Amino acid sequence: MNVGKLIERLLQLIPVLLGVSVIVFVMMLVTPGDPVEIMLGDQHVTEEQEQALRHDMGLDLPPHERFFKFLSNAMTGDFGLSYYHRQPVTEVIASRLPATIELSLAALIFALLVSIPLGVLAAVRKNSILDRISTVTSLFGVSMPGFWFGILLILFFAVNLRWLPVSGRAGFSSEVEPITHLLLIDSLLRGRVDAFWDALKHIILPAITLGLPMASILMRVTRASMLDVLNCDYITFAEAKGLRKSQILIKHALRNALIPTVTVAALQTGSLLGGNMVVETVFGWPGLGRLVVESIFVRNYPLIQAAVLFYAVTYVMLNFLADILYTVLNPKVRL
Amino acid sequence: MGHNVLEITDLRTCFDTRDGLVTAVEGVTLSLARQESLGVVGESGSGKSVTFASVMGLIKAPGFITGGSIRFNGRELVGLDADEYRQLRGKEIAMTMQDALTALNPAYTVSDQIIEALMAHDETLSGPRRARRRQAREKALEMMRLVGIPAAETRLDDYPHQFSGGMRQRIMIAIALACKPTLLIADEPTTALDVTIQAQVLDLIAEIRERLGMSVVLITHDLGVVAEHCDRVAVMYAGQVVECGPTAEVIANPLHPYTQGLIASIPRMSDLRRRIKPILGTVPSLIDLPTQCRFMDRCDRARSRCRSLIEMRDMDGGRQVRCAMAEADDG
Repeated sequence: MNVGKLIERLLQLIPVLLGVSVIVFVMMLVTPGDPVEIMLGDQHVTEEQEQALRHDMGLDLPPHERFFKFLSNAMTGDFGLSYYHRQPVTEVIASRLPATIELSLAALIFALLVSIPLGVLAAVRKNSILDRISTVTSLFGVSMPGFWFGILLILFFAVNLRWLPVSGRAGFSSEVEPITHLLLIDSLLRGRVDAFWDALKHIILPAITLGLPMASILMRVTRASMLDVLNCDYITFAEAKGLRKSQILIKHALRNALIPTVTVAALQTGSLLGGNMVVETVFGWPGLGRLVVESIFVRNYPLIQAAVLFYAVTYVMLNFLADILYTVLNPKVRL
Repeated sequence: MGHNVLEITDLRTCFDTRDGLVTAVEGVTLSLARQESLGVVGESGSGKSVTFASVMGLIKAPGFITGGSIRFNGRELVGLDADEYRQLRGKEIAMTMQDALTALNPAYTVSDQIIEALMAHDETLSGPRRARRRQAREKALEMMRLVGIPAAETRLDDYPHQFSGGMRQRIMIAIALACKPTLLIADEPTTALDVTIQAQVLDLIAEIRERLGMSVVLITHDLGVVAEHCDRVAVMYAGQVVECGPTAEVIANPLHPYTQGLIASIPRMSDLRRRIKPILGTVPSLIDLPTQCRFMDRCDRARSRCRSLIEMRDMDGGRQVRCAMAEADDG
């Protein structure tokens, strides 16, 4: 690992971001729907008023000029104003980001906590009842659409059992002075146990919905790589050394089996971003995903453009993180 | 024979496979005296590795020991409690494997892998965990010097892949010998190495055997290795020991047709014009074997009496052979 490699990765970002910008711009161009019309709705306005609005939003320029204007502004960090919020899109995104990060982290933690122990157990007890059950469950996990599974969870745990709230991030009484902007952490830092419980109750269902496909994939990966590793000579040799079974499983087997799991987990974290849009919409979670979905409905071009670029950067960075983790876990590989 | 380190009697190890019950080891009887070295020769699938995996207690489902006894220093190992077995492995019976590259864990440094063997068994380490670890590290260094790793102190924290093949084999031997076992089982210690390194590793094992006073089982398919390094040799074929005796005599005057075939198929520098004589045919499948000589189909001396149960027979000079026709040649 060295600085040169990091710089190389950052340079690789440039063509990626340029390509993403072009694709998103063209997609928005060919998608039917006019933001001005959507914004005006049924209001009766004169032709001049509409033109003024169009000019104000910069939509009266031909597409290529709009694109280059966007590019040159973006270079300076200016991604324009959100049509609806009338404030810079970067600020709007920043205000919604913590909720998304919190939900993604919760989903990631859920996925790791469930998948790794289950994957190990399924491999150690290969072909047992537990192995079969977890195989079938993980098949469900990857194939169930999030919007359906989320609604199912809401119906059961929130509507029928009334154990957990239906939607939202926290109740009004649970507001705490932000420090990290992650509600679960802030509430603890401020010593507000009640707010922490409230936030935790709110995040459970969306986190499970978002994390389940990832947990299923990681479980399969862990199981498969654990099975591979358990057949390795060094496991037999560790047994021949007379080590304890737990030591063999955790130190010798799991450590090596985790190499693919961690790599896949880092890559899959990128796909949580896509899942966020659905899950946040279903659970009324005030995060970036829902903001993007809403923005697409009203053709809020500057916001979509900036958010997609943000997703792209995140994705590339997660890839980079996967590479770093891979080298940390595998001494044979050096970046 | 109370002074024997290892006594295997009528061992039978089977594997329950989809195609049927494979009897990988059938009626193997072997013994090993203190400080003796025994060579076990045979081709792949002859049961030599399975026999000693049984001794190590490393036979896992679908494999299981269905009969016989394995006594180590007078103690019965068949049916031994898993935890007691674990305390024996690595401490009193140690094993090295064919390929050190795959037998060493790529994720840990070599010192770590020697230290963990010491931490598991060495009772001379004392004090709290950190102190014991420090002492174990000292011993690990000692072991690496013993097996001849140059500049060992600078290589303690290297990973297995940073060593050459021969050095890796030495590291594996260092791990196996870390707790000064009384018995070392070396499973194909030279197969993965090139010829010059092979000799070094075998000499190293011989030297350490003498220094530590341990017994060694050398599992190999190379009769040349056995000839040079073993006091006695056991030849295995299709899950059975077919011939056993002092190395020099077995090689000079093999009694079993299979041993004779093996020796005839070794190329000789002294007689380059002689054509190598292969053993024709293939090893029988080990599923549902009839009660008869297992080498029969490939033997040019097979008679009708070979179709009955062939037992191991004692011959002169401490030799044993599993052949109905052997008498005729003997003497």
